[in-house]
Amino acid sequence: MGDIRSYTMNFGPQHPAAHGVLRLVLEMEGETIRRADPHVGLLHRATEKLAESKPFNQSIGYMDRLDYVSMMCNEHGYVLAIEKLLGIAPPKRAQYIRTMFDEVTRILNHLMWLGAHGLDVGAMTAFLYCFREREDLMDCYEAVSGARMHATYYRPGGVYRDLPDRMPQYEESRFRSEKDMKVLNEARQGSLLDFLEDFCARFPGCVDEYETLLTENRIWKQRLVGIGVVSPERALELGFTGPMLRGSGVEWDLRRTQPYEVYDELDFEIPVGTNGDCYDRYLVRVEEMRQSNRIIKQCIDWLRKNPGPVMVDDHKIAPPTREEMKDDMESLIHHFKLFTEGYCVPAGEAYAAIEAPKGEFGVYLISDGANKPYRVKVRAPGFAHLAAMDEMARGHMLADVVALIGTQDIVFGEIDR
Amino acid sequence: MPEAQRKLAEQLRQEFGDRVGDPELVRDEVTIEVSPDELFAVMQSLKELPQFAYTQLTDVCGVDYAAYGQGEWITEQASSSGFSRGVQGNSFARRGLTGVYGVDEITSNTGRRFAAVYHLLSVTHNRRLRVKCFCADDNFPMLQSVVPIWAGANWFEREAFDLYGIVFDGHPDLRRILTDYGFVGHPFRKDFPLIGNVEVRYDEEKRRVVYQPVSIEPRVLVPRVVRDDNRYADRQAKEESGNG
Repeated sequence: MGDIRSYTMNFGPQHPAAHGVLRLVLEMEGETIRRADPHVGLLHRATEKLAESKPFNQSIGYMDRLDYVSMMCNEHGYVLAIEKLLGIAPPKRAQYIRTMFDEVTRILNHLMWLGAHGLDVGAMTAFLYCFREREDLMDCYEAVSGARMHATYYRPGGVYRDLPDRMPQYEESRFRSEKDMKVLNEARQGSLLDFLEDFCARFPGCVDEYETLLTENRIWKQRLVGIGVVSPERALELGFTGPMLRGSGVEWDLRRTQPYEVYDELDFEIPVGTNGDCYDRYLVRVEEMRQSNRIIKQCIDWLRKNPGPVMVDDHKIAPPTREEMKDDMESLIHHFKLFTEGYCVPAGEAYAAIEAPKGEFGVYLISDGANKPYRVKVRAPGFAHLAAMDEMARGHMLADVVALIGTQDIVFGEIDR
Repeated sequence: MPEAQRKLAEQLRQEFGDRVGDPELVRDEVTIEVSPDELFAVMQSLKELPQFAYTQLTDVCGVDYAAYGQGEWITEQASSSGFSRGVQGNSFARRGLTGVYGVDEITSNTGRRFAAVYHLLSVTHNRRLRVKCFCADDNFPMLQSVVPIWAGANWFEREAFDLYGIVFDGHPDLRRILTDYGFVGHPFRKDFPLIGNVEVRYDEEKRRVVYQPVSIEPRVLVPRVVRDDNRYADRQAKEESGNG
């Protein structure tokens, strides 16, 4: 037997399990990792600098592209920071819509995470199941904003428009028989809320399906239990947030501890893990999906009963309707000023954080009183998580790195920004 | 102003006295300013003293204050030129810095240009704190690293170093993080052009990727406008009197 020499291995950036463009330089000793050095920045687009050169509203679309699997949550953080500086609060209905779509986004994100995590670790089937449900939620995005992913739906002062009364339906084509179309359109006969309600009714069953595939699966447990254990104290020190922190047993959820929008009026539970390993984080996220489903249901009930405005009635911030603009001089001026110059935000600074699916997504905004932000700093949860990769991977095997990337729910849009 | 913030400000005054600037309370946020010499000691106390217990460092953010409050559009007096004066010329997207009609060279060394802003979170007390620290020398901004206090600061400080050139003394591994290997300059500084200095393309003849000066034209679609809006001033005053 020859000696095992340590050597350096390059993982990614073109690796299917690298979740995008992660380059990991691994110092190995045999198959054991001695040091992991993530090289990030391959997707760096300087979003924060770009935002400094644009009026406030024009950067909302850039926020979608940060964490591109939880789009509306990123918008939410940014919009909240602006609202904080402007000193405005959106109407109640807009707050409920935002809460509802935050939770839709959380399910979207966790489905993507579950599918990809399973695929990385070797469970192909869960991926296909997850994408089936993702499709329905993306249709909700599309129905409400016109875009399946990059919605740009939240605006300072509310949301872009009210929920549609009619859910878009599949149209006839030569690839689809009439019978298929009928099945596809069955849930789409009513409004968006009807469609979502139907989804909420069957989604817990879908989560059961994923769980039968994974939770007690021997291979799944062998790959996850006892991998990447982080103690609660260490998790806090490393800046972990979201499911990464709750998996370690710290009950900390901004929706509960520092409620924003209407979370303090809703009934939901916060799952926490006990061991702080990959398996606990898996359980936490799966339970979060169920809780999100519960929140969405409550929001649907409220939204059905309470029609009302979804945008503040201040045309210095929110544009007037097209009809108003066409026959009212003042509205025309407001419209023109808003779309050429934008609105000026009073000088000051604000930090707004929301509980994004991956953890605390914060936006630190400095304004000097101009129509463009002076500095926008995006605090992405994944950045802090990936920074701990070295510590989590040390002493584990090469194959465990893939499980760790999966459990951290890495998305490069937000890490590189 | 919520009671908890006031209590925190009082605790900060009691513990640190003159070592930190007077706590600034805006909305529900508390900010203190620390001098670079005191930074490390103050941060350590903020983490370790039980009345603060800031066990988590949420974020470290570099800021370049060089162009603060400068617009590209005169809003106070009448002027004879049109919209183009904000769009043309040496505006901040082109050259870096903004001035009313062009570039203001940064020659002064004010010691107020670069700052690192730390956001702390205490899970036990459920409150946040913002600590701001200005670098003493604009030409060589340097601060004490807080990695020994919060391990999570590592990458955040690397980022601030990469984007703003703030050097963190005592950092275990201060390398660039977000920019390209071999990148020159600190891209988020206000005197760094938005379009960058170099671009890359694949050279057919040399059969490799080459770097060359940027060829795209910078554009400013919306000039930067600073306006005093009295409505917000009123609103803030009202809020303060309403809650206080």
